[in-house]
Amino acid sequence: MPADFDVQYVARLARIALTPAEEEKFGAQLSHVLGYIEKLNQLDVSGIEPTAHAVPMVNVVRPDEVRPSLTNEEALRNAPAKANGLFMVPKIVE
Amino acid sequence: MLNELSISQLAARLGRREISAKEILGVCLEKIQRVDGKLHAFLSYDATDALAQADTADKALASGTSHSQKPLLGIPIGVKDVIAVQNQPLNCGSKILGSYISPYSATVVEKLKDAGAIVFGRLNMDEFAMGSSTENSAFGFTCNPWDSTRIAGGSSGGSAAAVAACECIASLGSDTGGSIRQPAALCGCVGFKPTYGRVSRYGLVAFASSLDQIGPFARDVRDTATVLGVISGLDPRDSTSVPEPVPDYAATLEAPIKGLKLGLPKEYMIGGLDPEVSAAVQTAVKQFEKLGAEIVEVSLPHTDYAVATYYIVATAEASANLARFDGIRYGTRVNGIDPTDLYCKTRGAGFGAEVKRRIILGAYVLSSGYHDAYYLRAQKVRTLIRRDFLNAFEKVDAIVTPTTPTAAFKVGEKTDDPLQMYLSDIFTISCNLAGICGLSLPCGFTTKPKLPIGLQILGRPFGEETILRLAHAYEQSTDWRKEKPPEQF
Repeated sequence: MPADFDVQYVARLARIALTPAEEEKFGAQLSHVLGYIEKLNQLDVSGIEPTAHAVPMVNVVRPDEVRPSLTNEEALRNAPAKANGLFMVPKIVE
Repeated sequence: MLNELSISQLAARLGRREISAKEILGVCLEKIQRVDGKLHAFLSYDATDALAQADTADKALASGTSHSQKPLLGIPIGVKDVIAVQNQPLNCGSKILGSYISPYSATVVEKLKDAGAIVFGRLNMDEFAMGSSTENSAFGFTCNPWDSTRIAGGSSGGSAAAVAACECIASLGSDTGGSIRQPAALCGCVGFKPTYGRVSRYGLVAFASSLDQIGPFARDVRDTATVLGVISGLDPRDSTSVPEPVPDYAATLEAPIKGLKLGLPKEYMIGGLDPEVSAAVQTAVKQFEKLGAEIVEVSLPHTDYAVATYYIVATAEASANLARFDGIRYGTRVNGIDPTDLYCKTRGAGFGAEVKRRIILGAYVLSSGYHDAYYLRAQKVRTLIRRDFLNAFEKVDAIVTPTTPTAAFKVGEKTDDPLQMYLSDIFTISCNLAGICGLSLPCGFTTKPKLPIGLQILGRPFGEETILRLAHAYEQSTDWRKEKPPEQF
């Protein structure tokens, strides 16, 4: 297992607040999982192309035309905070 | 009872006007009221809306609409809580979505409704489809209909349990690493994971976008084929759906299987395989031989690396997909001193333990300095796993394996050991990595206690027709489908 796995740091990258108890528990559990994942290092993958999708993908394009979509009201229906037809968010720039 | 009949039986009786869609739905709703307090397959259901759909179906039947025009006319079908149904709740088994109501329907839901189905209910699942037991649902687990001290499997545990306990006739689930086939095996019904791209994912909340597929649960292979045929096909709203023609799956079920070659992968006879599961699968293989199939040993040499590969690829994709749950546009919000603080608190409070673990793992394997060592390497091993299957399919028409190493395990048995939980998916995970299709169907029971055992049949990309045909021939030559869970469910 990687000695430098810092659960607190990675949780911060993932924007997830953890309690100290969660940090301790998840840190141990994930180190265990990462230890297991190390088995991939047993394989020689030189010269192997990575697979991002199992089905060969091509770009799918269509004309850029206005089509029916959600109304403003429908799009805001589930918003935790809204006003004047907009999502409300905390102040970002002072 | 009507709720115990198959789609084909119900369609025949509806067509003769012996029964109404309202009666079928009524019996399903009664069953739910009687057992679901304990079984907990449903998170919620909208009886008023379902009855209105039944009414529409009855009117269509009265005006002469037939099941050849609308193959699911009047059939109640439940939906996993990860698939959007317009104006119905959608929670993905999570607290983070709060009182979310879907503003639109998934393509599969529109297709079911166009085919006349009564689409109702939100079926329980592991939070964001991450889990193998439904114990990761924020709303409590689903019991196994055969033994209430055991899990129903997951992540689509509610979809499997509801069908096995005859609360609905068929259901939809989603399968990212076995989430349809594993609960189908553990609850004793048929579950189908289509080829990647076969079924539109529009309206399915994304977990791991290169692995996710929607598929049906039903009580027999014919019903499974019928529902699969309805939901398959190209969708302009999902650019990963493919323009392959959709065969009439139900029409070709009776074609003989004589001469088809079935592969037995030697790598699947692992140490942790339960002896009763192993024996049931071997007996099933002998049955296929009697039916005229030829059995061939095949090798899938990278099998042992599938779980590790999966937990890199799937968590990496999940960490990106689940970034959208940030408390801004929908769901519950926990305020903070700045936007980042809001995101951290919202996600810390809204996600359960397994989802947090997987997002963190995914963020780690993608992070600067580790991307090549973990994510890129896993994508390369994925190529090797896919090649194993394509090589095997040059020699055989389908591959037969156990669906799971053991029958349903006890509630709480694996919750503290994520790795043990992950390893319970060892036989189902490769199928998603390779992008092929697969199904699980009942092939026997353990003795003490009596629990269902599942047989997995894997097919070539877009080889749905062949594995359905094989499954149907096996099913019709055995009596497993006639077994029903004990009276309490």
